[in-house]
Amino acid sequence: MSLHVAHHFDDAEQQFDAAKLGMWLFLATEILFFGGMFLGYAVYRYNYAAAFAEGSSHLHFWLGTINTAVLLCSSLTIALAVRSSQLNDARGTVRLLVATSVLGLVFLGIKGYEYYDKITNHQFPGEAFVLTELHNPEVNPNHVELFYSIYFAMTGFHALHMVIGVGLVGYVGWLANQGRFSAEYYTPMEMTGLYWHFVDIVWVFLYPLLYLIG
Amino acid sequence: MAQHVIPVRTYLVVFISLLVLLVMTVVATRIEHGVLNIVVALTIAGTKAALIVLFFMHVKYNAFVIRLAVVAGFFWLAILLTFTLGDYMTRGEISDDTTNKVGGTSTADPRKAEHRLL
Repeated sequence: MSLHVAHHFDDAEQQFDAAKLGMWLFLATEILFFGGMFLGYAVYRYNYAAAFAEGSSHLHFWLGTINTAVLLCSSLTIALAVRSSQLNDARGTVRLLVATSVLGLVFLGIKGYEYYDKITNHQFPGEAFVLTELHNPEVNPNHVELFYSIYFAMTGFHALHMVIGVGLVGYVGWLANQGRFSAEYYTPMEMTGLYWHFVDIVWVFLYPLLYLIG
Repeated sequence: MAQHVIPVRTYLVVFISLLVLLVMTVVATRIEHGVLNIVVALTIAGTKAALIVLFFMHVKYNAFVIRLAVVAGFFWLAILLTFTLGDYMTRGEISDDTTNKVGGTSTADPRKAEHRLL
């Protein structure tokens, strides 16, 4: 399949650069989307530090750490997949994309278990919220509930982005399997990679801020 | 279209570095630095993010205009955080204690909505 350069571009390289620019502008909106929530986190943590430390202490430290490693690994596999598509290696590309989505699903599975555990232990914000064992009895339980609101909102939006990411990886995997990519044209691969890496970066910040307080 | 093909080795070195940084994050949590804790944690996270942006996202090999867009995104976030936290963190504590206030009495009345933090 020969590359079609749209009439308003000088050459293929400029067209590719335009795609990357557009993608980064979209990622800028995503930075601010998550940024707003990080800001909310910062303000409430600043004011209710002890309650946030308490809430954080009830999260599964090791599951969060493993999930971080899983996502970092998935970023490696997708970076290698984009590289493979550049080198006309369709089979390698598909294999690496499958690995990426498997790792993404592992992440979601672990997250799902964490959610299940939290919800069944009455640690989901709302009427059923009950704190049983407190490590620090002086904290205000309402502020701990606030921590959980932020935890579920931020990791929830992150998980939604992961689901979208897995869908995108599946889609470009299907395209790659059809032999659509080459050194001449692999733009959808590059775009999907950028999206996936961004979602990884969000988690790289979420992990210490949620799991490693105190 | 001559796009730079990054060697596998580069990706592997970056990946190992990311894992090392993750281990450092975990170890750093075990060591209490007081208020520096968050600085250490965010610095390590920022380093990981920089590695991912530069190498995995190819920004190190991209044209200037794309690097500008990358910087712009994070710059706008910096504006959001700086100004808002600058506001919240300089509001002063709500307290009935009117002694030792600069200028004499504190005029912050915790019963008034506009003097409350949140």
